[in-house]
This record gives sequence, structure tokens and C-alpha cells, in this order.
Amino acid sequence: MTTITDPPQESFRLSMLLNDTRYRSYTLQFIALILICLFFAWLISNALRNPTLQEIGISFAFLGEAANYDINQRPIPYDSQDTHLRASFVGVLNTLIVAFLGCIMATILGVIAGVLRLSNNWIVARLMAIYVEAFRNVPVLIWILIIFSIVSNALPAPRAFRGEDATASMLFDAFAFTNRGIYMPKPIWEPGSMVVVLTFFASIFAIWAYRRYATKLLYDTGRLLPTFWPSIGIFFLPTLIIFFIMGQPISLEYPELKGFNFGGGVQVRGSFIALWLALSIYTGAFIAENVRAGIQAISKGQTEAAASLGLRPNRIMNLVVLPQALRVIIPPLISQYLNLTKNSSLAIAVGYMDVTGTLGGITLNQSGRALECILLLMLFYLTISLAISAVMNVYNNAVKLKER
Amino acid sequence: MAMTDDAIAHMDAKVSDEVAISIENMNKWYGTFHVLRDIDLTVYRGERIVICGPSGSGKSTLIRCINALEEHQKGAITVDGTLLSSDIKNIDTIRSEVGMVFQHFNLFPHLTILENCTLAPIWVRKIPKKEAEETAMHFLTKVKIPEQANKYPGQLSGGQQQRVAIARSLCMRPRIMLFDEPTSALDPEMIKEVLDTMIELAEEGMTMLCVTHEMGFARQVANRVIFMDDGQIVEQNEPEEFFMNPKSDRTKLFLSQILGH
Amino acid sequence: MSDTSVAFVRTESIPPSAPPTAESGVIKWVRENLFSSVTNSILTVLSLLAIYYFVFQLVGPWVANGIWDTDSRRECLERLQGETGGCFSVLTQRWHQLIFGRYPLDAYWRPTTAFILMIVAFAPVLFASLPRQLLIVTGLFPFIAYWLIWGGTILSPLSVLVGIILGYVVYSRLVDRSFATGFVGGILVAVAFWMIAGLVLGENPPAILALPEVESRDIGGFMLNMVIGVVCLSLSLPFGIALALGRQSSMPIIKFFSVIFIEFIRGVPLITLLFVASVVLAYFLPPQANFDIIVRVMIMVTLFASAYIAEVIRGGLAALPRGQYEAADSLGLDYAQSMRLIILPQALKISIPGIVNVAVGLFKDTTLVSVISMFDLVGMIRGPIVSTTDWQGIYWELYGFAALLFFVCCYGISQYSQWLERQLQTDHR
Repeated sequence: MTTITDPPQESFRLSMLLNDTRYRSYTLQFIALILICLFFAWLISNALRNPTLQEIGISFAFLGEAANYDINQRPIPYDSQDTHLRASFVGVLNTLIVAFLGCIMATILGVIAGVLRLSNNWIVARLMAIYVEAFRNVPVLIWILIIFSIVSNALPAPRAFRGEDATASMLFDAFAFTNRGIYMPKPIWEPGSMVVVLTFFASIFAIWAYRRYATKLLYDTGRLLPTFWPSIGIFFLPTLIIFFIMGQPISLEYPELKGFNFGGGVQVRGSFIALWLALSIYTGAFIAENVRAGIQAISKGQTEAAASLGLRPNRIMNLVVLPQALRVIIPPLISQYLNLTKNSSLAIAVGYMDVTGTLGGITLNQSGRALECILLLMLFYLTISLAISAVMNVYNNAVKLKER
Repeated sequence: MAMTDDAIAHMDAKVSDEVAISIENMNKWYGTFHVLRDIDLTVYRGERIVICGPSGSGKSTLIRCINALEEHQKGAITVDGTLLSSDIKNIDTIRSEVGMVFQHFNLFPHLTILENCTLAPIWVRKIPKKEAEETAMHFLTKVKIPEQANKYPGQLSGGQQQRVAIARSLCMRPRIMLFDEPTSALDPEMIKEVLDTMIELAEEGMTMLCVTHEMGFARQVANRVIFMDDGQIVEQNEPEEFFMNPKSDRTKLFLSQILGH
Repeated sequence: MSDTSVAFVRTESIPPSAPPTAESGVIKWVRENLFSSVTNSILTVLSLLAIYYFVFQLVGPWVANGIWDTDSRRECLERLQGETGGCFSVLTQRWHQLIFGRYPLDAYWRPTTAFILMIVAFAPVLFASLPRQLLIVTGLFPFIAYWLIWGGTILSPLSVLVGIILGYVVYSRLVDRSFATGFVGGILVAVAFWMIAGLVLGENPPAILALPEVESRDIGGFMLNMVIGVVCLSLSLPFGIALALGRQSSMPIIKFFSVIFIEFIRGVPLITLLFVASVVLAYFLPPQANFDIIVRVMIMVTLFASAYIAEVIRGGLAALPRGQYEAADSLGLDYAQSMRLIILPQALKISIPGIVNVAVGLFKDTTLVSVISMFDLVGMIRGPIVSTTDWQGIYWELYGFAALLFFVCCYGISQYSQWLERQLQTDHR
């Protein structure tokens, strides 16, 4: 019987702090910690000695004071007598609006461009390549400014719509593209409209349920129901029927020329359109590349194997290629959404009042509380980033391919 | 290769007069490169044909043309009486008659083994899921891996994956099986398990076209060996004659290279 | 039963022949690539219409009727008489502002020389086939470029250079003992030299080889984008490498701080960091020291770029096979040696395409400085040019020019990165 003796217990020597693998890393980390603390202490001591900061101190009380400025796009009621806090909140909502709509539009553009870039139509594939390269290689700020100058310079002024010899005309008598933004019909919700809206959401749910039922029927009996036309039918019919049964409770208020400007309807401002379009087209170019890479990552063998089993091209796409490609596409897609959200802070260049424009712009300038405003601004963006990363991690873990 | 002559008891399965595949004067070009030249081949039901030849000789392209994975530009391919054309109905008919096994398995990594096997029967043959699963389990048992049914392809060894690929094709109940170098991507110790599965299939009378360099398999199972070079059929014969008494110089050279060591 | 006459031997080989006529030539190409199906035909026609409209209706006449030699937009409009046409005179009249900002007219040769030197300095880094001796230019470039662009005596950049060389000499002497000793020793010697040099030279160093000084705020236009881009990218490389190693480190405290830093920087938009540079950073720097805005912006942009570079390099480190780390350990190399000699050279090589992508992104992002009232290319257009009465109302020509300039640079860099990727792929096999 053998015993493994422990190595002789050395007594602790100071040199072991540097040379013994057991202590070395503690020493190094300790030194690093001290250096980092010293660095921060230096920063803070500078701040304490700064004359401006000594004078005004650090306080968040300004958030409760009246903002005294107007915001041109207000998703919630707001006037200039409301507090800076409420102004910032309006800014946050505006950021979220443009980011959300931008992500949707960018996804649509990106998926179309990415798929078309792989098309066997030479000219379409080339055009999409030009789109992708043109937008990826020019700063997004320049695109925002270009689109903003299209909206505010190339479109006619509202008065061009006036009179007998109007040089501009409204699209379908409902949309007016002017240099002050786009005017479009505004829905008027009358009593009973809730029923129509609920029916609409119920029919979307019904489409989902129908498709599930169709798959289940195929699994159980081998009968394959058509899905495309029934889905279209379910989407439109019930809502339309309820709409007329309820006596058309939703009507549209059309924009009309009143004097030199349009009245009624909804005005979508040029700054919003420029920012939204530029961000979507720019991010769309990046998404197109991700989509293309994702589809190309699925080897030709997968398609061939599915084809040799007798599956038709559209089923190969739905059952074999897409489920695999999505795993490759979605993580970079989400980080593109994150980039778009961060880039939406460029709103300040065209005067769209997002959170950077309110909290980081006018509030900062009026209150002079730079440190506090920027801290809050960073916190807001950090929260969004971390939330999106968390979603991404959950997704990645959920779809990870099982391997040995 | 590894088998000694004693071990080779040549299989004596029935070959009928019924034509399974007939290829007449078929030509194929990749751009201006002439890959397949004047291929004439008639395969009878129950035949087990091994196609060999140096790489780039067009043997894989030939069997991929039979399955319409590649288009041919001249000549006619008839499978089970269906003339292969660009008509999608014809292609569907032929593909559901013909099973194919690839060098790199090409299992669907996002589906379990069982789902791999039931996907096509459900969506193409419209067989109820339960029935399709029973069929799948039957064939998985036949290739001796029923216990892996709920795992994913990435969790299996290469040999196991290739056997699943065979089972997946069999689930469509094909009358003809095409094998495109089914053992080339496998480690030596896994080759035998795949070959055994193929031998068993041959014993049951399946019509098989097999691109392979496993000469032992060819001797034991094939009733015809075809040697291709430069996009043309250079020599074909019964395995015994083919190996003992090759006629063409190119065949001799190829056999000496492949059996020489 | 099967026929017994299976035996067949080909006696003469079939020569290759040309494909059938329908299978080659222009007609086949057009049929397969443009009109292979109804949908494709529709798409083709639509694309051709779009191209026709864009080229012959919009851009074509605009460029063809363009006017290059007037003094104001008004004159342009008079000459055009209501026809479509660009007023490119603004480019010929104001090109110096667009490229150099308010840099003194008589000193344009200085940034131009610096630009040419930059190409020479980057060449050996970008193309491994060029002679290695050119790297000397790369090493000297930062100091010469500083001297050329900002002017002043050559003594200040020279003393910085000498300090670095001294530090390096000490480092290479001591590195045999241990990396840490060499590193710390090198830094100490360099800092000591700089302090002595500072004391000796004093506030107003003797004007040896002195060029007229140029204020930072006069540097503008596209040149400012270049300066910020190049300086910040070069500075962010060492920081990025350190952060990547920190994030991969097994020491929890170091890893923690690296992760916090990287995730913080990547989580906020660059604009907020630029706001920090313009209004907050001054609070945290010594009150007596007067850092001008360009330096503060460079600090923040460098921090920004290092976080992204760190993530790219981390990817490179993770892509290296485990065996490389184990091999390095088993040879008895310590951490610094194995990183310096084995791991980093390979990881950096894998990361080059990613780094180039970060470079393109960073270069594009330099336009954001216009938001904090600096006059880079975009700032120049939005500020001093469009606000003059002569050129008020001109947008397309200016933004088009800016877009083209950035496109040429960024597309060039990304093509280089793709070329390099192909090159590396063949190298590895």
C-alpha cells in the first residue's frame, strides 16, 4: 500500500507572492485593483477641485422643474409647463417609436434585399449588391441629412396644392407629401370601434390557430389543407363584416387645405420620416448581408437531400432551409436592432425630439446639468442594450443545435 | 479490400428482365466542359451496379442526373417508365421512386433522427404521422439504431449518421437506391457497419447503383461493375471478370493503383 | 434473367465536343439570368425601368448640365434657366474648406505630405509582400505627421520618440528576466526621460526646424475625419488587445473590469460619449491642464474603438484551437511569452478582417463630431458653407460629394479586407 504524501508544507515567504502560482494571480489582481482605484480617485479628486462643479454641485432636482420648451411630436400629452422629467419621457417614447418602426422597416428591406441578392436574376442581384454597398460604405449621418433634404427641399410646399393651377396634387385625395411632412388621414374612433379592433386581433389569432390545425390534420390523417387563401380570407373577411354590422364605427378624417397649410388628418413630420427612412435603409443593408450569409451558410447538401426525398422547393425552404438559416440570422439581426436604436440618437441632427434631443439637448443646455443629464442618457441606452442582449442570450440557448 | 477471397461468397439475388433505368446517349456539359459523353446504360430491376473510376470521371454526376439533381442537356433518361424532363410532375414521380444516399450524409441537423425519417413521408407521401413514425422505427431497427430515434444527428457518429441517412431514404419506400460514395467520409472502423447495411439491402432485392471504391463490396454484392473515365463508360463486366481480367489499359492502371497497396 | 452480354469495352475514347448551340452564348445567358421565369422577367423589366429612370432622368441630366464655374447659387440658377442641373461650382469654390477646414492656405502642403507619408507608412502593414524596411517609415510616421500637421518645433515629437526608443531598449534588455520587469522598467525610463526633456525644454522650446503652429480648431473638413479616424484606430489597437486579454483572463477582478468597460462602451451610442468629451470630460481632468476639444474627442473615440476592437480580438482568441494554448504552455513559456510569441500573432491574423470592419465603422462615425459643433466634412457643409448667402439652398452637390468621398475610402478598405480574407484562407491550408 502506498500513500501519496502531501508536498512538504513550506512556510510562507514574501517572494511566493510573485513566484508561486497559487498566490501570483492574487498579487496581480490586487495590484490591478489598486491601480484602478487610484485612477478613479484621481478622476474624482479632479472633479472635486473643478471650479464649475464646486459651484453647482450634483443634483437631480432640475428634473422636477418646468421644462419651458415645446416638443413637436408628442405621443403623450405634454406642454412647455410640464417638468423636464416628463419632457425626457416624451423623448424616450419618441426614441422607442422611431427605433421600433425602424427595426420593422429595416427587417423588411433587409430580408427582401438579402434574398434578391441570391436571386438567379443577374440584374436584380447586381442592383441589390449596389444598394448594400452604397449604404454600408457611407456614414448614416450623411444618409439622414440627404433624406432630410429630400423631404424638406424636394417636396412641394403646402401652398403648391392650392388653387386652380396647383402644381402638386394629393395621392388618392388622402396623402399629401409636403416639405412640412406627410399629411395623411386620421382614423376617428367612434363607439363600437373596439369591437372591430378586437375582431381584427381575433382573426389574426384565428389564422395562427387555423395553420396549427392544418398541420395537425396533416399529421393525423395525411390530409393537407390549403393555407394561403384561407389565411387571406380570415385576415380580411370577419373584420370587414363586423365593420359594416357595427355601422362603420371607424371613419377617416382627411387632411384638407386650410389657408396656406393643411388641417385635419395626421401630420408626420419630415424629421421623423428622414430619420426613420435613413435608419431603416441603412440598417437594412447590413441585415441584407446577414440574411444572405445565413442562407448561404446552409450547405447545398441540405437542399439536395431534401430535393432527393421529393420535397418541392417552397417546402424545402420552409421545412429545411429557413429553420436552420434563422438560427444563423437572428443573433446578428438582433445586434443590428441594437445598432439602429443607438443610431437613432442622430435624431438630434435633424431636430427630431428623441431622448438625446430632449434630455441630452435642450434640458442639458437649459439646466446646465451636463453630468446628470448625460449620466441618465447613458443609463437609458445601457438598459435597452442589456435588455436586448438578455433576449439574445435566451434565444441562443434555446436554439443551440445539440451536438456531442 | 479488407476481405479475403474466401470470405467472398458472391451473392445470387434475382435479376429480372424488367428495365428499371434506361439511359440513352446522354450528354452533359458544365459550361463548355463536357462532363458526360454518350452514356448508354440499362439497369434491370434487382441489379446491383457498382460504378468506379478516378475522381473527376463523372461517376457522381451520372447518378445525380438520374435523380434530376443535375440537368442533362442531351439524350434521354427513363426511370421506371417515366421519361425525365424538366416537368416538375415527372421530377416528383422519379424522386419519390428513387432514394439517394450522399457522401456527407446531409441529415437535417435541426430535426431529431425520427423527424428526419418522417419529414418526407408526411409532407410528400401524406402519410399520417403515427404511421410514418412506425415505418421510420421499422427501418431504424433494420439499420440497428432504433434507440437513437430521439437524438439529433450531431450526437451520432459518422457511421450511425450514414445508416440513418439510408433509413431516411428507405422510409419513402423507393424502388431504386443511389449511393454516392457512401463510405468515403467515414473512419475505417465505421465503413463496415454501413457496408453491412447495404449488403442486407441488396439481399432483399433492391435495385442499387453505387459509386464506391470499396472493391470488396463490389466483388461480393455487385452483379456488374462499371468503370468510368473522362466522362465515358470505359469498361463494364461481371465483377469476377472485371477484377481478374480487365480489358482496357485504363482499367488496368486504375485497378493497380487502387488494389496495389 | 439478365442478359449475359454485360461485358463492354470502349476501344476508342470519345473526344469532348462543344455544347449544343442553345446551351451557350449570349442567348442562353440572357435566358437563364434574366428571363428564366415569369417572376424573373417582371423583375428584370422593373429593374431596367428603374435604372433607366435613375440614370437618364435623374442623375444623368443633373451631372451633364452641371455648372462648375460660377460664384454663387444664384448665378447657377440664372444659367440653368429652370432646367435640371447641378451647381457644382460650390465644390470648385469651396473645395479647400471641404478638405482642409480652416487650415492656413499656404500650408496645405503639410497635411498633403502627411497624407502621402501615411500611405507609405500603411503599405507594409497592409501588404505583407512589401519590403519590411518600410516599417521604419511606419514607426516614424506618427511623429512626423504630428509635426507636419500641428507645426511647432520638431523637438517635442522628437523627445517623445527618443523616450519611446529608450524605453524599448530598456524593455528588450530586461524582458529576458521577465516580461513584467521589462514592461514596467521600459515605461519608467521613458516617463523619466520625458520629465527631464520637459524640464530642459521648458514652456517655450527652441524653435529648431519649427513650422508655423496651427491651432487644433483650424483643422477641419475631411482632414479632420482622417486625423480622428487614423489616430483613434491606431491608439485603440493596444488598448483593445489588452482588454481582450483581460476579458479572456482567469483572474476574476481583471476579467470583471474588462467586461464592465467593454459592455458599457458598446451599450451606449457614440454621441453620448462625444457629449461627454464636449461637456463632461473637462470635470474629470486636472483643472489647470487645458485639453482642447480635439484631444478630448480623441480620448473618447479611442475608448469607444478599443471596446469594439477588443470584441473582435476576443473572437480571434476564441477561434484559436485549444491545442495552441496547450502547446505553448507545454514548451515552458510563461503567460507573457506565450501570448506574445504564439497566441497573439495568430489571433491578430484571424482578426484582421474584423478589425478592418471596425476601422470602416469608426471612420464613418467620425462624422458624428459635427453634432458637437466640430467642423469636419459634414460640419463644414452644415455650418460655414450652407449658411453663406452665396450657397444657401445647395444640398445635393455637397452631400453627394461627401457621400462619394466616404464611399471611395470605405469601399476601398472593405475590398482590401475581402482580398486579405481570401489571402489568409489560402495561407492557412
